[in-house]
Amino acid sequence: MTTTASFRWREPSILPGFGLAMGITVTALSLIVLIPLAGLFVKAASAGPADIWAVATSPRTLAALRLSFLGALFAALVNTVFGLILAWVLVRYDFPGRRLIDAAVDLPFALPTAVAGISLAAIYAPNGWVGSWLAPLAFRFTIPFTDVSIGFDGKVAYTPLGVMVALIFIGLPFVVRTVQPVLEELQSDVEEAAALLGANRLRTVFRVILPPVLPALLTGFVLAFARAVGEYGSVIFIAGNIPMVSEIAPLLIVIRLEQFDYAGAAVMATMMLLISFALILAVNLVQARARRRFGDV
Amino acid sequence: MSDATLPAATAPARRDGSRARGESRFVQFVLIAVSLAFLLLFLLLPLVTVFVEAAARGWEAYRAAITEPDAQAAIRLTLIVAAIAVPFNTVVGIAAAWAIAKFEFRGKNLLISLLDLPFSVSPVISGLVFVLLFGAQGYFGPWLQAHGVSIIFALPGLILATVFVTFPFVARELIPHMQSLGSADEEAALTLGASPWRVFFTITLPNVKWSLFYGILLCNARAMGEFGAVAVVSGKIRGETNTMPLHVEILYNEYMGPAAFAVASLLAGLALVTLVLKTLLEWHYGDAIAASRRH
Repeated sequence: MTTTASFRWREPSILPGFGLAMGITVTALSLIVLIPLAGLFVKAASAGPADIWAVATSPRTLAALRLSFLGALFAALVNTVFGLILAWVLVRYDFPGRRLIDAAVDLPFALPTAVAGISLAAIYAPNGWVGSWLAPLAFRFTIPFTDVSIGFDGKVAYTPLGVMVALIFIGLPFVVRTVQPVLEELQSDVEEAAALLGANRLRTVFRVILPPVLPALLTGFVLAFARAVGEYGSVIFIAGNIPMVSEIAPLLIVIRLEQFDYAGAAVMATMMLLISFALILAVNLVQARARRRFGDV
Repeated sequence: MSDATLPAATAPARRDGSRARGESRFVQFVLIAVSLAFLLLFLLLPLVTVFVEAAARGWEAYRAAITEPDAQAAIRLTLIVAAIAVPFNTVVGIAAAWAIAKFEFRGKNLLISLLDLPFSVSPVISGLVFVLLFGAQGYFGPWLQAHGVSIIFALPGLILATVFVTFPFVARELIPHMQSLGSADEEAALTLGASPWRVFFTITLPNVKWSLFYGILLCNARAMGEFGAVAVVSGKIRGETNTMPLHVEILYNEYMGPAAFAVASLLAGLALVTLVLKTLLEWHYGDAIAASRRH
């Protein structure tokens, strides 16, 4: 097989064990991940066009998908802003407790989602530590000459806002941990050059420091977003799960499954996966372009 | 910059805010205050609440909540699931890292992406795929029923779902570390006549032991704490298919808040131990596991 020099499946090596290692990896990957996921797609496809259309366009499905994706988008944006500030503070400044804070950032990775979920629900419930303090802040404001009214009715738990609180909790470390190493490796000479050439600090930050950090920031945003879209455990306790209002897509999949609507669950799961994969692919393409411009980060 | 000692020497100086290129003291103070407030509100408050709520009814109530038979069964089941899923993923992770880090072959990037795939799948979907395969109305459901084998609503389903969600952890810590080490040591040992397994156990494994431990640590934390995937396949039969996170959910939904937080505090304790060990590993063996900071 490897006698023809024109095509080689793998480079020759004196190290042993390629066949065994590759065999274990591919077998486990196929049995645990690939075949089950393929089963999901087959199940969804076998539902038939009419059923797929009915599930995909039902108002409840669309409301749940909208909440999951928009909530994840909002939470990822919040995390991008605060994650960048946090990473900056951790890399550039020295203050008491810095290393402790640095370690605490990973808490959402370590804390089981159900634990975070009941805790957030208790904190933000109307009688909770933060919830009771938010209630008096309620306000409503109608934009003049329109029927559009915006406001905050003093409740976070059991509303879409509660969903976002949980998604912010779960996504923060992704942004901090992708941006931090890039900030650490940033060379200070360009910054000094910018300062010496007369740029003020704000200009230096936006024109010199942030551009090379941007690809990492985007990666962090996507990771936080992808995690938030599918998040279940930390959300369902604080969300209140009111259909059409605060019911997230993963929960609707569980509900369909509990009603033995396997096809409906499979169709919805497939929609979620396809949208997520498409977004991740799109961002990877954007990133490949950014990489070419700013070098490997 | 040509001096090799310079990069190390400049690292601490970066934190010196008084330099002309740094921010003013006031801006620094504001940014630090914003960061701390954000962390306090979104991260530390939930953690503290778990312990405060768990302790709210006193020690006796706490002890009763975690020693009652259903809670004990849940703790036992969580340990059993982790004891099977974590070693499995460790072996697969080592095999994957060996194949990917030590050899050059076509499709390597695709394989790496596929190994990471479970991270971009919702936990609920990770459970759903196994229900579709092995559930009563799944592809193999009728056959399994005819042969008296239960996977869904039983231990095998819990293990499968847990293996799925924790699949990438060990491999993704090991691959970058093994790649950075290269294979020169192993090649030398082989040339000198060592057997392949001896090379693996006396050279490769000791070289990567800390990143391996790091990966196992994260894998275990997720395996014991997994909720969404396990919730879908468990059926939540008390004393039988209820893991600790599921037990927390049931107690909470039955308005037994203090008991729920008591069991939750055990899981939060596990998270804290994980976090402390992880941080110690990063401080002492930071170079070895540097790649893992890019989660």
